[in-house]
Amino acid sequence: MDTALKPRSTGRLMIVGFLSPTVLLLLFMVAYPIFSLVHYSFYNFSALNPDKGMDWAGLSNYEYLLSDSGIWKRFVFTGKFVFLCVTMQMILGIFVGYRLQKTFRGRDLLFTALMLPMMLSPVVAGFLWRYMLNSEWGVVNFLVSLFGFAKVDWLGQAGPALWAAAVVDTWMWTPFIILLATAAFRGIPETIYEAAEVDGASAAYVFFRITLPMSAPVLFIALILRLIDSFKQYDLFVALTGGGPGSSTETVSFAVAKTAFSYFYTGEASALAVILLCIIMGLAMILVRHLSNMGARH
Amino acid sequence: MARIELRNLSIRFGAFKAVDDVNLSIGDGEFVVYLGPSGCGKTTTLRAIAGLVDATSGDILFDGRRVNELRPSERNIAMVFQFVSLYPHLTIAENIVFPLRARGVARAEIARKLDWVTGVFRLGDELRRYPGALPPGARQKVALARAVIRDPAVLLLDEPLSAIDEQFREEMRWELGHLQRELGVTTIYVTHDQREAMSLADRIVLMNHSKIVQVAEPDRIFFEPASVFAGQFIGSPSMNLVDLVPVAGGLRLGDSTVVLGAAELPSGIAGHGRPVRLGVRPRDLRLVDGEGHALAVDDTFAVGRERFFTFRIGEAILQGTDHRRAGGGEGRVRFVPEGLMFFDAESGLRIAGGGRPA
Repeated sequence: MDTALKPRSTGRLMIVGFLSPTVLLLLFMVAYPIFSLVHYSFYNFSALNPDKGMDWAGLSNYEYLLSDSGIWKRFVFTGKFVFLCVTMQMILGIFVGYRLQKTFRGRDLLFTALMLPMMLSPVVAGFLWRYMLNSEWGVVNFLVSLFGFAKVDWLGQAGPALWAAAVVDTWMWTPFIILLATAAFRGIPETIYEAAEVDGASAAYVFFRITLPMSAPVLFIALILRLIDSFKQYDLFVALTGGGPGSSTETVSFAVAKTAFSYFYTGEASALAVILLCIIMGLAMILVRHLSNMGARH
Repeated sequence: MARIELRNLSIRFGAFKAVDDVNLSIGDGEFVVYLGPSGCGKTTTLRAIAGLVDATSGDILFDGRRVNELRPSERNIAMVFQFVSLYPHLTIAENIVFPLRARGVARAEIARKLDWVTGVFRLGDELRRYPGALPPGARQKVALARAVIRDPAVLLLDEPLSAIDEQFREEMRWELGHLQRELGVTTIYVTHDQREAMSLADRIVLMNHSKIVQVAEPDRIFFEPASVFAGQFIGSPSMNLVDLVPVAGGLRLGDSTVVLGAAELPSGIAGHGRPVRLGVRPRDLRLVDGEGHALAVDDTFAVGRERFFTFRIGEAILQGTDHRRAGGGEGRVRFVPEGLMFFDAESGLRIAGGGRPA
């Protein structure tokens, strides 16, 4: 009996021994920052002069934020941006991915080229496009003028600036969707398509009733990643618009950074970051639950 | 329902000839089974009839109309594939009605057809489940239901039972044959399993090396094989083959002492003038207590009630059936004259013998 129990208990000890460094590191890297973030959000506190100490503020940071129309404006803008760019990149990515699933000469080269924008830092991409969209000497307006249209002040007006940012984000991240979509499409066995063809389904019917639903789990993961990522978009706006004109292209993340590091209202910025975190986590939880329902069927 | 005709059909994949100048005509409502070893071109022929593979040359005709250029969806065919081809994200019911929905058939009509086909295949309990939850046999049943639900003119089956358990396969085979007769749909069935072919087919199309070897009813292909290949491919245990050597008074089996005399040989075969091979099925090669040739028996064994014996001629091991009474003597070997088949040793074609026993 004793000998039979022994290896099991050593095994448990081994498991604890092997896992604990990782768990501790994870606690330190993830739990501590989140904990201190939540902690700060209940205080009036400025990281600029920590000597002044932290005044307990209760929920007043949250109250202030939720009653501030400026913050709501930033949420609305972020929502518009997320909707625009995620919709564009999903549709474009799925469409192009569908076209590129067949093997052809130069396919690998094309895919490598497609991934280039994704490899750029958003700040670099932002500046690149800022120059290209410059109303006086940018290449975009040059092309516009070639077709006889008047030059557009792309980044100087709220509406076009939103679209410009969404287009740049789409330019960067559509290849990611293409890559995942192509992989998902290629995973569908050929006999499924042959069966559908014999069954008399048109190409469109096959696409919407077979190709899309069968690759839905993968496409859904892509959607989740893009939603989360674009929801916290910050650096692209720093480089592309600087949040302007005025504060019209400031996302929530942008506002967090500005509050924290321009005004140094650390407590208030923490509260805003907590709200953002909760929204993204809530969104992710709903989507992930939906995803596991999807997986249960297969 | 439709008649199908293949005229000089050839299919190439690059330098490889998968189907080589095949001619065949299939009657309305006929059940034709393509039989042959893997890679003989039977599945490729089926896929060409379906429209999933293009003919390199030659014509495919449905009711006299050339369909080479028609898409599979325009040929009014249905097909069951060897491996899973059900749509995994759709329920069994949705899978079965897929061909109707894809063609925009009215809801009431779909419900009526689903009722009918569910009854035929006894799938009532499975309708709400997903294909992944069903065993392979039940999946093929669903695939079959999906195939027949829209009354296709031609039903194409590509080794539909090969991925199914032995036990369930028997049952499915019986049901399939029954269903086909009931629906009267022209059916082409591909298999490498001779038992499936023998039990299901109105006619068997035997293929080898991209060409048709023989087209005949199961009985005829068994008793009158066109060639050595046909003789050996069909029948189990398989046909014995021995080279015959002309000697005075008859033909000698290889380098043995056994000489088949006039009583056992069809007329004219001794004077054929070219090398001849003898084909004889184990059932027609008997070890008996009475008259026969003296031969050294190698081994005897039983498979259930049937007893077999083997003997050697040179390198070849021949197998026959043991008809001695229990506890009998040494026994003698008898060649049943009606069961002897003679093939030209070079071309492999049957030149004499065979035929159905009276």
